[in-house]
Amino acid sequence: MNAPAASESFDVIVVGAGPAGSTAALLCARAGLQVLLLERGEYPGAKNVSGAAFYGSAILNELIPNWWEQAPVERYICRRDIAFMSPTTSVALDFHCAGEGYTTPPYNGFIVLRPRFDRWLAAQAEAAGAFLLTSTVVDDVLRDDRGRVIGVRVRREQGDIRGKVVIACDGVNSFLAKKVGLQREFHAHELSLGVKEVLGLDPALIEDRFRLSGDEGIAYEYLGAITEDVHGGAFLYTNRDSLSLGVIGQVSSLVERRKRPYELLERFKAHPAVAPLVRGGKLREYSAHLIPESGWTMQPTLYTDGMLVAGDAAGFCLAAGLYLEGMNYAMQSGLAAAETAIDACRQNRFSARALSAYRKNLKRRNVSTDFRAYRHAPAFVNSARLQNLYPEVVASGMEQLFRVDGNPKRKILPLARHLMRQYQLKPGEMLRDGYQMMRAYLW
Amino acid sequence: MVMTTHEEKMRTVRFRVAATPHIVVNSDICRDSGCSLRACVYVCPANLFVPLDDGGILFNYEQCFECGTCYIACNQEGAIRWSYPDGGYGVTFRES
Repeated sequence: MNAPAASESFDVIVVGAGPAGSTAALLCARAGLQVLLLERGEYPGAKNVSGAAFYGSAILNELIPNWWEQAPVERYICRRDIAFMSPTTSVALDFHCAGEGYTTPPYNGFIVLRPRFDRWLAAQAEAAGAFLLTSTVVDDVLRDDRGRVIGVRVRREQGDIRGKVVIACDGVNSFLAKKVGLQREFHAHELSLGVKEVLGLDPALIEDRFRLSGDEGIAYEYLGAITEDVHGGAFLYTNRDSLSLGVIGQVSSLVERRKRPYELLERFKAHPAVAPLVRGGKLREYSAHLIPESGWTMQPTLYTDGMLVAGDAAGFCLAAGLYLEGMNYAMQSGLAAAETAIDACRQNRFSARALSAYRKNLKRRNVSTDFRAYRHAPAFVNSARLQNLYPEVVASGMEQLFRVDGNPKRKILPLARHLMRQYQLKPGEMLRDGYQMMRAYLW
Repeated sequence: MVMTTHEEKMRTVRFRVAATPHIVVNSDICRDSGCSLRACVYVCPANLFVPLDDGGILFNYEQCFECGTCYIACNQEGAIRWSYPDGGYGVTFRES
C-alpha cells in the first residue's frame, strides 16, 4: 500500500510486525477496526531472530485453523533433549513423545525460521484487513496537551499518524515504552545475547542422524561448560534442510569474563557431543539478537493513556531453564492487547483506566499467570553454581559411576560424598540452592 | 564448512547500509572516563568496536545487527548513543 496520508487516522496503530504485533493486528482487523501495522524492516521478520522453537501452535490454531498447512514451518517438535555439559561429557534428559497433540494436530511446537514465519503471519493480518507498512521506523508517539498518546511519529515526510490506541510491539529494546516512561533502562544482567547460525544440511542426512521420520523435529538445549564460565546455554534445532544452533550468554557475564560470543559459538560446535551432530553443515547465515530473559522483574508498566505494550517489549519471554518460550507469549499478549483495544474502541474510551482491562486479559490468556508462577526461575537458572558448578558435578558423577577400571565400585552415597569433597560443595549452599530450585519449579 | 571465522560468518549477512550512522560512539567519554572495561569490544556479535591506543573507540556502523548489546553493556553513561537505522536499511535477515 501507499504511505497513509498525514490526515488519515486509525483505530489501532501496532508498532512492530513480529508475532505480538501481527497477532494483535490480525485480531483488531477481524473485529472491523482500521488497523495500521508498522514494521521498520524491509519485510516483517527481517530484523527478527529466535531459535526458533515456537510452542504456540494451539494458540495460533484458534485464530487460523490448521495454520501449519499453509505457514512456512520447518518441523514439528516431538523430541526434546536437555543436556548438562562438562568440557568432555554430556548427561542428557531425552524426551520423545509420539502421543496425541505432539505428532498430531494441533502439534505441541514447531521449529520455524523467523524471516519466513513472521512474513507469513503479517500477511495474515493484512489479509484480515490491516494496513501493513514496512521500511518504516517509529521514532516517537504523539501526545495531546494532557500527555495522552494519540498516535505515532514515523521517520518519513509528514510522518505524524493519529490512532486511538497504540500497541507497542517493538521488541526487546522497546524505544517506545522507554520514550513514554513505561520502561526503565535495563541492566546488563537482565538481558542475554543470542548468537546463531543456520547450517545447511541434506534432509535425508538430518533424518538419519537425528533419528527422525518425515516432518519430525528435535530441540536440543544445553547447560554448563558449553558456554565456558559465561552464564547462559546453547541450543540446536532441526529445520527441514538445515540446523539452527546458537549460544546464549548473559550480557553482564560476557563482559565480566571478556568472552566474545561468536568464539563461544565455535567452541559449542567443536564440543565432542555436538560436533558429530553438525558435521558437514554449511553456513547459510549468522545472526544475533538480545533476549529479555528476566521476565517478571523487567516488565514495564503495561499501559498508559492511549497505549499498550506487548511481546518482548513487555518482557514476555520465559527463560526458565525447562522453558525457553517467547513467541507464544508474544502472541498471547498480542491477543490480550487486541482484545483490550477492541473493547476500548467499542466504548470509545482510551484512558489508562479503560485500558487497565489489559491486566485482566493477560491473566485470562495465561500470560501473567505463567510469568508469576515462574518468577523465581530466571534468577535460579542464571545463578553461578547452577551455571558453572552443578553441570560439571553431574557430568563428573556419571563419569565416575560408569567408569570400570578394576577398582571397587562406589555406591551412590560414598560417590556423592566424594564429589562434595572434590568440588568443595558446602551442604548449606546446596540446601539453599535446593530450596531455590523448588521455589522456582515446584510450587 | 562447520567451523568458520568471524569474517566468514559476517559474509553471510545482508546489510543495506544507510547514509548516516545509527550508532555514535563518543570517544571523548571513553577516554576521559579512563574506561578500561571496554565491554563493547568484547560483546559485539559483529565485532564492530576497535580499541584505540589513546583510549578511544573506533566504531563502524555498517555491519551492525541492531541488537543493542553494546548500549546495554557500556557502563560509561552517554558514550554510546543509538537508535534504529532508517526504515528498510540496516541488517536484513533472510534465514534466521
